[in-house]
Amino acid sequence: MQTVKEKKKEANSSTKIKISGAEAIIHCLLAEGVEILYGYPGGAIMPVYDELYKFQDKLTHILTRHEQGATHAAQGYARVTGRVGVAIATSGPGATNLITGLADAQIDSTPMVCITGQVARHLLGSDAFQETDIIGISTPVTKWNYQVTRAEEIPEIMAKAFYIAKSGRPGPVLIDITKNAQFDELEFSYEHCTGIRSYKPVPTPDESAIDAAAKLINSAKKPFIVFGQGVILGHAEEELKKLVEKAGIPAAWTILGLSAMDSDHPLNVGMVGMHGNYGPNILTNECDVLIAIGMRFDDRVTGNLETYAKQAKVIHFEIDPAEVNKNVKADVAVLGNSKDTLNMLLPKIKENNHEAWHNEFKEKYKIEFEAVIKEELHPTKEGLTMAEVINEINNVSQHKAVIVSDVGQHQMIACRYSKFKQSKSNITSGGLGTMGFALPAAIGAKMGAMDREVIAIIGDGGYQMTIQELGTIFQNKTPVKIVVLNNDHLGMVRQWQELFFESRYASTVMSNPNFVKIAEGYEIKAKKVTERKDLKSAVAEMLASKDAYFLEVKVEKEDNVFPMIPSGASVSDIRLK
Amino acid sequence: MDKGGGLMKKQWFTISVYAENNVGLLNRISGIFLKRHINIESLNVSKSEIEHVSKFTIVVNTTEDWTRKIVQQIEKQVEVIKAFYHDDDEIIYQESALFKIASHLLFDERQIQNIIKESNSQIVTVSRDFFVLAKTGRRHEIDEMHDALEPYGIMQFVRSGRLAVSKVEMPISTMLNNFQLDK
Ligand SMILES: Cc1ncc(C[n+]2csc(CCOP(=O)(O)OP(=O)(O)O)c2C)c(N)n1
Repeated sequence: MQTVKEKKKEANSSTKIKISGAEAIIHCLLAEGVEILYGYPGGAIMPVYDELYKFQDKLTHILTRHEQGATHAAQGYARVTGRVGVAIATSGPGATNLITGLADAQIDSTPMVCITGQVARHLLGSDAFQETDIIGISTPVTKWNYQVTRAEEIPEIMAKAFYIAKSGRPGPVLIDITKNAQFDELEFSYEHCTGIRSYKPVPTPDESAIDAAAKLINSAKKPFIVFGQGVILGHAEEELKKLVEKAGIPAAWTILGLSAMDSDHPLNVGMVGMHGNYGPNILTNECDVLIAIGMRFDDRVTGNLETYAKQAKVIHFEIDPAEVNKNVKADVAVLGNSKDTLNMLLPKIKENNHEAWHNEFKEKYKIEFEAVIKEELHPTKEGLTMAEVINEINNVSQHKAVIVSDVGQHQMIACRYSKFKQSKSNITSGGLGTMGFALPAAIGAKMGAMDREVIAIIGDGGYQMTIQELGTIFQNKTPVKIVVLNNDHLGMVRQWQELFFESRYASTVMSNPNFVKIAEGYEIKAKKVTERKDLKSAVAEMLASKDAYFLEVKVEKEDNVFPMIPSGASVSDIRLK
Repeated sequence: MDKGGGLMKKQWFTISVYAENNVGLLNRISGIFLKRHINIESLNVSKSEIEHVSKFTIVVNTTEDWTRKIVQQIEKQVEVIKAFYHDDDEIIYQESALFKIASHLLFDERQIQNIIKESNSQIVTVSRDFFVLAKTGRRHEIDEMHDALEPYGIMQFVRSGRLAVSKVEMPISTMLNNFQLDK
């Protein structure tokens, strides 16, 4: 099909082009540079699908097997590319199936635009077939949403949707489009949105806050950086590295900050949070200046706020003013895009080297290595550990893969032990903790980074929440690698039951099907490993495969993830066993 | 606006929100309170001094810390231009109420006439069966009038949300002009 530009060229340049609302939606997507979208058809969105059919050479639509899968695929695509992910669904159940993905994208600040069909305008409020108030339902889990009831509104609203989704602190936007607006015609012209008067996406950095931050950092004896996804979203990886190196400050990442720095950088001291590393957690309560960059002090990071970094002066680099003083009071708040503010800060920072302080992290690492890591990576027991699987993947992939993890013990292990060389390489559901996220997110990630190895790490529980997306992999021949770490339990919940509910394993024991046969049913190469001696070759075979590959590894059934900060406890009370 | 020390004490705050007219915005704003389990004591939506800009006036009884966090969340919404919060000393505020009362009481009960006079209320309409009194003032004045009339029988009663203007400026026009200049 022709783009509007081509059509205009052909027609007399002064004639205005009249097209249907549905076709206009396609032109808006093309104008925003969309190449791929994920979705599922149905009555109220059929006019748009008809146009998708006509434009299939310009815009790829991937039919997922469930609308939730479409949202997670769009999220995976967005997180690996840094661009806006797009998902599309019909009204009613199609629209409500998007909610989990919207909530996930909202809490993890992922740019996404979801388009839903809606019953015709004259039927609104009549409880028509597949009518649901998706605007009302999605309001708390969207950055913005809007119901289009007239075809003429489409260009402006679509432009706004993309602008809002990607600007400032990114987030999901839902546009609900009534069927009449898809059928009716409009005179189409498109203008990108560059500003909305009531919306200031990026606060202007305040020079005096930068000065105050520099002063604190320069005089600090034990400065400590904790950085989050704000570094990745702000494209500030280089600036972060410069700051860390110039001032010689140990830096830890949050789960969403993973891969924003080289795993093996000498000043990268690991992960903070409930199952993070021992040193960065415990030393949070010993630093004198805590420099938080693009992170939001989630409770899984801080533990008990009453005992979190009380001794430290806190500097908070943040793009969203609503995050400042929300959980942790900042002595200095530096508002703005992390790249801009770090660039303003850098010339004011004195070169330094906090060797003795850095050594404290190394000492703590030794303790953690002896108590936890050694046995995890090189087990002396018979059963396989999750960590040795991740370690083997690191060895073969040479730290270059995109790791997409689901939710549970395997997620924590994947985040603790995966190694990264490149930013945007760790994709996981951090804020919402959505089981079922990884398989569809890996599909989107692979489609966004065809030149990279994309490996999904999933538990036997979460795998079965979106297992139908194997159909999407089959149909599109998407060469993702799927690793299921099978402990025959809902492991993370079982761990809590063991530790806090006297081992009453209420509904956490799983009888699992033959996963290999299921994968083979979708014509995906599949293997199961139950013994250590077969692990190395299986991982090598998987990563050598040009096609999709499914690897199930039977791991120890009742292993626990440590270290651990029990919920509500202080970061100082992190347990090694 | 940190009033030092009182951050954790519960008190009355009036939140003024300047926003674009939009059907969904009320839902979005009330959701912010719902999510934090904070009750809206009163709510009024009207046009503001600026064309096409509406004004929400929301009253809460909570700590300043929570009020500040709520205002930050409200301000974050795409269609909100700016939100402010003030304590009772920083604003001029009123509420309005209507009382519907049986007409015969006006003649049978002498005391009713005194109440009308003393309360500074107006008779809006009188018909054969009922008359309507309008009273504008502070909440306690309206409550006192309600208590005074109650023994005689009130057929219907309604009170508006709080209406408030701040003593200091809320510079919305300047903000909107700056946006035009930035463009
Ligand atoms: C949709 C959803 N439902 C429930 C939970 C609660 N939950 C968190 S971890 C977990 C267990 C996950 O089990 P599995 O996928 O087998 O992974 P494992 O912990 O064993 O590695 C559950 C049930 C969740 N996070 N998401």
